[in-house]
Parts: sequence; C-alpha cells; structure tokens
Amino acid sequence: MKVTVARSLEEALADPEAIFLAGGTDLMVGVNFGRERPEHVVSIRGLSELGDTSVGERVRIGGGVDYTRVLDALGEHSPALVQAARTIGSPQIRNAGTIGGNLGTCSPAGDTLPVLAALDAEVILRSPAGERRVPFSEFMLGPRKSARRPGELVEAVEWLDAGPSQAFLKAGTRNAMVIAVANLALVVDRARKAVRVALGSVGPTIIRALEAEDLARGLFEESGWERPLRPSQAAAARFGELAAGAARPIDDQRGSAIYRRHVVAVMARRALARTGEVA
Amino acid sequence: MPELRTRGRVGESVPRPDAPAKVRGDFSFGSDLVAPGMLYAKTLRSPHAHALIRSLDVAQAISMPGVRAVLTAADLPGVRLFSLHDPPDQPVLVGVGEEVRYAGEPVAVVAADHPEQARRAAAAIEADYELLPALTDPVEAIRAGSVLRELLIRRGDPEARAEVVVDGYYELGQQDQAPLGPEAGLAVPAGDGSVDLHVATQALHVDLGQVEACLALRPGAVRLHLAGVGGAFGAREDLSIHIHACLLALRTGRPVKMWYGREESFVGHVHRHPAQMWYSTGADRSGALVFVRATIVLDGGAYASSSGAVTANAACFGAGPYRVPNALVWSGAARTNSVPNGAMRGFGAVQTCFAHESQMDALAARLGMDPVQLRLKNALRSGEQLITGQRVTGAAPLEELIRLCAELPEPARSGHRLSLPGGAGNVAEAANVVRATGFAVGFKNIAYSEGHDDYSTARVRLERGPDGRALASIKTAASEVGQGVVTITQQIARTELGVEEVVSLPADTTVGDAGSSSASRQTWMTGSAVQLASRRVAEEVLRRAGPPARSLDAGQVLDAEGMALAPIELFLEEPIEREFEYHHRPTSGLNPEGQGDAHVSFMFVAHRATVDVDPEAGLARVVEVATAQDVGKALNPLQVHGQIEGGIAQGVGMATMEEIKQREGKILNASFTDYIIPTALDMPAVSSILVEEPEPDAPYGAKGVGEPPLISSPAAIAAALRAATGRRLGRLPVSPDELAGLAECEPDWEVTPGVSPSDGRRRQR
Repeated sequence: MKVTVARSLEEALADPEAIFLAGGTDLMVGVNFGRERPEHVVSIRGLSELGDTSVGERVRIGGGVDYTRVLDALGEHSPALVQAARTIGSPQIRNAGTIGGNLGTCSPAGDTLPVLAALDAEVILRSPAGERRVPFSEFMLGPRKSARRPGELVEAVEWLDAGPSQAFLKAGTRNAMVIAVANLALVVDRARKAVRVALGSVGPTIIRALEAEDLARGLFEESGWERPLRPSQAAAARFGELAAGAARPIDDQRGSAIYRRHVVAVMARRALARTGEVA
Repeated sequence: MPELRTRGRVGESVPRPDAPAKVRGDFSFGSDLVAPGMLYAKTLRSPHAHALIRSLDVAQAISMPGVRAVLTAADLPGVRLFSLHDPPDQPVLVGVGEEVRYAGEPVAVVAADHPEQARRAAAAIEADYELLPALTDPVEAIRAGSVLRELLIRRGDPEARAEVVVDGYYELGQQDQAPLGPEAGLAVPAGDGSVDLHVATQALHVDLGQVEACLALRPGAVRLHLAGVGGAFGAREDLSIHIHACLLALRTGRPVKMWYGREESFVGHVHRHPAQMWYSTGADRSGALVFVRATIVLDGGAYASSSGAVTANAACFGAGPYRVPNALVWSGAARTNSVPNGAMRGFGAVQTCFAHESQMDALAARLGMDPVQLRLKNALRSGEQLITGQRVTGAAPLEELIRLCAELPEPARSGHRLSLPGGAGNVAEAANVVRATGFAVGFKNIAYSEGHDDYSTARVRLERGPDGRALASIKTAASEVGQGVVTITQQIARTELGVEEVVSLPADTTVGDAGSSSASRQTWMTGSAVQLASRRVAEEVLRRAGPPARSLDAGQVLDAEGMALAPIELFLEEPIEREFEYHHRPTSGLNPEGQGDAHVSFMFVAHRATVDVDPEAGLARVVEVATAQDVGKALNPLQVHGQIEGGIAQGVGMATMEEIKQREGKILNASFTDYIIPTALDMPAVSSILVEEPEPDAPYGAKGVGEPPLISSPAAIAAALRAATGRRLGRLPVSPDELAGLAECEPDWEVTPGVSPSDGRRRQR
C-alpha cells in the first residue's frame, strides 16, 4: 500500500484511483475489518484549502473541518448542525472525523447528512477539472453511494443561513457515542418561508418528508412566519404521522422498522414544537 | 511511644501496584508482547454454523511470500480435543471429514513474517464445505436430545398449592464479557523441544493441562506465564490462542505471536448463556412464599465449556435468596450450533435472578404489598435451607442489606440536558421524563462447587532485601485479571509478617495451581494460601528469635506487651520460605432430586435502581444504582468499591443495551460499533454500603465481592423501567420497542414451569 501525504490540493488530486484519508474514522474501521485494502491512500489531513469556515449570509464549512471545529465555528449559527455534530462519536472521534468524510462515506446513518439535506446545502466537489457544485438532494444516491466521482474530493459544503428555527434529534440505544437508529432534522427558514424535514437511518438515503413539510408550511403560513408557532395536538400528530410515513425503515441489528417509524413521529412532533417556539 | 503497626495491611485502601503504569499507558498487555524474530499467526475459521469439511487445500497458502507454516487437523500431534469439561469435546482444529459446529470454529492456522501475509494466506486456504442444517433454537435442541446437562431440583411438595400465584416468562439475551484487551499471547520455543507460552488468561494451570495434552510433549515441557490481562470476566477461562500458537512455534522453531481483533474475539471466546425461563411463584395472603416452580433453558452453544456448572448454578439460585418450602426447578443447557457459551461474571445466577426478582415484583403487585417488604418477609437467614436442602451456615445478612439499601437517599434530579434519557441525542425534554425506582436482591456461591476439590497454592519467602531490611516475596499462579488479587495478597503478607516491603513474583506454572480467577474465589482461596504460608514463615521467625518473641509488626519482632525486641531482618541470615496449599471445605454433588451441600459459601446483595424514562420515545437512562453488599470483611475497601462500580456498569449494559445478535448462528454485531456497552454518560451514580459480617473459614472473614454487583443490578433496573412505563418488560436487554409499548416478549414454546421443555408445545401465533 502506497501512502502520500498531500501538501496541496493539486497533490491530493493527482491520482484519481487513490482513497482519501482525513480523520480515518470510517476508512480505518473498514481496514480493521478487512473490508478495505486500499492500494493508494492520500492523506488530506491538515490541507489548508479544506480547512476554511465562514459564517454569514452564506455559510461554508471546508471538507477537512472536524466536528469539534464545526461546533466552534458555527457557535449560534445553524444550530441543527451543531446539535448533530455534538452527537457524533466521542470527543476523540469528533477531533478526527470531518464533515467531508461524512459526505464522502455517505452512510444513511451519517449524522450531519439530514441537517445538510434540511439546509438544502450544496456540496462542492473538486477535481483536476475544476469545481462542481451538487445540491444535497442530488448528491446522495444510496447507502454509501453518492454523486462524487472517483478522484473528486469534497472541498466544502455551503448553504444559506436559515436562521435559528431548526432542530436535530437522534434516537439510539445508548446515551452517547451511538450510531443513529433514526435521526431527524427540521429547518424552518422563516425569512424565506421554507420548511424542510429530513430523516436519516430510516432508508437507503436521507429522506425528505415532503408531505410533512407541506403541512408545516401551511401551519406557519396560518400563524405567521415571524411569530412563534404552537401547533394543535392534532396538527402536531399529523405532522409526526406524515414524517413517519415518509420513512422507509428496515429491521437490522441496530433497531426494528416499527420502532424507527414510531420514533420518527415522536421526534418530528417534538422538533416542530421546538422550532415553532423559536421565532 | 507510638504504636508499632505495619502500613498497607488488610482493611486499608492500598493502591494497586499496577495502577500508575496502566494509567500512563505503559503497562504491557498480552497484545504488546514481542520477541526477536517472531512470526504472526492467523486462524482460518468456518463461515458456516454447521457443515462437513469435504476438503482443505493449503498448497497455495503455504507457497505465499513470508508464510512459514500452515497447520490443519492433520498436523495435530496429541489429543485432538480440548475443554474445561471432562471429557473434552472441542476440536483444536476441525479436520477433513469432520463437522464444524459453529460459525467461527477454527479450521487452520497460519504463521508468517507479517500479520498481513498471515491474513492473506489464511484467506487463500481452499476449504470445501457441505452445508448441514444448523440447530439454533435451544428448546428444539433439547426436544431433539441435544443436551449438555439437565438437572432437576425437587424440594418439599412439588405440587403445592398457594392462595396467590403469579406466572411469568422471561428471556435474557447473550451478553459478551467485552474485555477491552482481546485474546493475545506469545509462544516461544526453547531449543530442547519445550515451549514457553505467555498468555492473558484467568487460570494458568487449567490452561496448562489442556495445552499439554494437545501438544503431547513430555511433562514439564510446556510452561505458562501470565501476560498482562486486559479484562476477563469469564472470557479467558476457555482456551483461545494457546494451542495454536504453541503448535506453530514448535513447528517453525520461532516465537509466534497471536492475537485476535475485536471481530474475531466475538467468536474466539464463550459468552453468557442466553436464557428462556418459565416461572410460577406461589405465596399465601401474608406474602410468605409457598412454592417456586421454574423451567430454565440455557443455550449452551456448540461445545460443553462450563455449561454444566452454569446449569447447576441457574437451578440452585433459581428460587432466589428466600425461604422456599416447596420447589421444582428444571434447568438445562442445550447443545446448539451457536458460538459456545460459558463463564461470565454471575455464572447462571444472573439469568435466574432476573426471573425470580421479576416474579417477586409481580407477586407484590398482586398482593398489594410493597416489594421491599415482600422481600424482607421472605429473606433467607443464616441457619436456613436453600432449595437444594443445603443449610446456610455462614453469614447471611440479607435482611440488613435490604433495609440499608432501601434507606439510602434517593438521587437528586440533574438539570443537565445530557443527563436526560437519550443523552446527547437531544430527543427528550424534562416534560417527557418519568422517574421510577426498582429493587432486587440476589445471591451466589463463592468458589468451585459440587464436590470439586478447590485449592490454591502460595509460596512466601522472607529474606534480607537489597537495603538489608526484611523483604517478603509472594509466588502464586493466581491470575491478576484486574480484580486486584496482587494487591490483596500483598496486604495479607504485610499483615501476617509485619513487613511493609512485599513484592509479587510473576505468575507462572513453576509454582502449584491457584485455580482460576473466577467464581469470586481468589481472595478466599489464594488469600488463604498466602495467609497460611505467611503464618508458617512468621512462626519460623519467632522460633529463631526465641522467647519472649510473640508477634511481628512494623518490621519488628515484638514481645507479649507489644514492645519491639529486634528488627525482623536480624533473624534472616538464612531466608525463610514456606509453601501452603489451601483447600476449602469439601462440597458434595447434587443427588437426583437436586439435593446436596454443593456450595461452600454464599454472597448476598441488594440493589435499588433509579431510572429516568422517556416512555413515548422508548429511551431510558439509569440515574443511580444504590447497593448494599455482603462482603464479610472489606480487605481493601477501594477495590471493593471498584468491583461494585464495574459490576454495575456491566449490569447496566446487560439491562439496557448489550446483546450479541445472531441469525442462524452467525453473529451480526461483532464489533463495539454495534455491540454497544455503556459509556461514561450511561454509567449511573453508584451509592454503596458494605456490610461486614465475617464469614467463618474465610481469610479475615472476607467473602468474594466480584460477582454480586452484576447479579441483581439488571433485575433492579428492569423493575425500575417497569415502574416507569407500566410495561411487562420480560426480556433483557430491554428494547426501545418494549419501552415504547410496540412489542412484548413472548415465548415460542408453551412450557409448564418445573417440567422439561421436551413436553412443551410450540405456540401458535
């Protein structure tokens, strides 16, 4: 196995067959299980081109930014992504794993992915041919399958600041350091009058719950986008049902389909109540 | 004049000698071993739960770069089977024309210059299997006569009737011991055909006998040395790398290092027996127990291991630590095509504790009685009999434990979001949370039972150290597996010899057997051996000092008034060395009615769990476990509290998350990604009281303390979760589905409690 420590983006992109290594929190697990035996590994850790973060009207997080730095950089911004980053692994994992890695691996259980879906984020891919921007809705194609082509690197992810009305919730059978049995992100962009709900770990890809979004949009329309929303019990229950209805869960060693669907409904109701309060 | 008193005696919280190295990361574990020129070994394992090996072709593997040896069953020099069980039943390697009986069973071993070369060579071995049907339902196995052991306990009137009767069905999933250090060792061949095996184990001599038989070497040609052990909990009682590493070392003439990764470790050691239990408990209207009837089905897996003893323990302790005049308990371990199950902390008593305590709560509810009062009313006392007819002759302070535990203050509510159920997942809010408590008691035997001649050997030497002062050294083969036997035996030697400088020599097989570090027995067994060997050394010092010398303390020989006569080293011109082999009081087997004095002594414990539950989301957090434990005498209170906290951590895991999941005999979650164990955020606060009622025969009155923290803590947590949700929760670990009311544990078979499941019927669903 050949290992290159890239000193520039150009060096990192030189071999289109190479496997990128940033935090190694996915890749090394594959190696340890004997599932992966890469021929050429290119370490991109510490590449300054992947490390920038900027917060403003448009938020940008470099692909090489680890979760601990996501927490630091975002502060009050994009609170759902902060909550998602906080649930990932242990402090050691958060110091190593990167947002580019979460996108690159593209597991349905990737904790930042529902948030990026709900933020309608754009994934910026870099190859020797240049930059390519892919909306998240077109990025994830299946379990560990994405629109990223061989040799393309996740350079950054960008989204429009959607304001503070957002939430991320994750159900797992342990109180920390657990892979999601189901997770959910809800973003209410009051300025742009948009609601997006995205579900993780309940299907082959991150799933947008479009009917639930429509219902919530109607509720905010009715009560006023600039005002707190206190949905009726019936409306909240319907929102939960619609979110659960969008899920396509399976039974596996981490959880049952019936529980996943159930807890999506619970999380959706609570997320709506929480985001409704924040105006 | 200040009192002369040795520091670091029994009763003090002496720090562990290995602690600084472990905290700094300097401690050398079995997986850290190296030797010049060593090879790396890898095992080829069957991917099938049950299959006939039609052929094995190693030609390609042996020709690969760096490969030094590829061994199959055809290369075995000695006995081809090994086991803790007599006669042995587990193949060292399964050969052509033979059957593999579980997925993960070893078929060939490879040694190569580099671990990756060994891995590739193992993968290049061509094995052709004829698949056979896998038997994975233990009840079906028992009905088919595939039984490792079954026994019946019959006491009083097995058909007794009672005014109030509760019936229940309970299940436990398969728990892994999850030692953080996987199986590891290094075999070093000596030029004379003998071999030294350095291995992380619980019992050097138990291993030695099995290794010797399978290597077919002359007596004394195999020497075992204890390597640094990264946790055990029962997972290191059976052999793992031992014979394979030695065979490869002897074949190649080079040191061979062998260690399992985490995934391999899951099939490389036994696990806790999953259990299915049908119970019926009867009481009169005052709450006095009239009868307990139970059928206990354990999945023994493919080979015997310690299933026999676990089956007996599950039965002996199956009615709980209560006065039970009438009992009928059938207990059996099925032979199936699963990874073998065997020893794990609690050893059978954990499984049935969950059932008998759940029954006590159901009974209390039916009687309208407080569950703590019901337990107090029935609590076993010293002098009373178990369902095996055995009279408890030692300490049995169960009533005191129940009272003290129930009276411990309840925990305050935390305002921190992370301490809500679901923790970092951010699902619950305070308004969603229900708090409740649950109570449970348990008991278990100490040391080996059923007539097993249980002993331990210690050699204690007293001499002048490098500074000229008295120095004691202890030599035993007891495995320090993290439980603290080294610390305890040093404290005992200090107490008996009055000498502060005490060292423990490396544990190996050049001294007599110490038995295993299991069954909460080393403090009692090796502790007694060290105590009695030390006393003989002390007697010799006093003999040499002559009258008026009466005792030893603080490095001095003292007279009857405690006045110092002379420093001990004055009498050590010649070193003094004494060896003692301590046997505990003999026990007897169980007769066909399950009656007999099978155990030497008992440990009792009470637990109260406090939980916060988000019932709607099916999430829970154990807030606190309060406990009162019968310890006889705390020889090292700090270590006792360490055992309590560690055992409760495993109890929390068992009750709320830990389970090996299998499909058709194949493990689905062989990693710590999906076999989850509690994190710091899942670990509850622990509040504990040690009850010290000295046990006759035990050194300084000390009972074992390792297992009780894990016996009734899962049952107490289950009770608390039931109280919070109102759900039945018949299965551990409790699933989110059950907490949220989406599923309930139901038996696949209808079985009459107390009767063999051979007479059961498959339930229609």
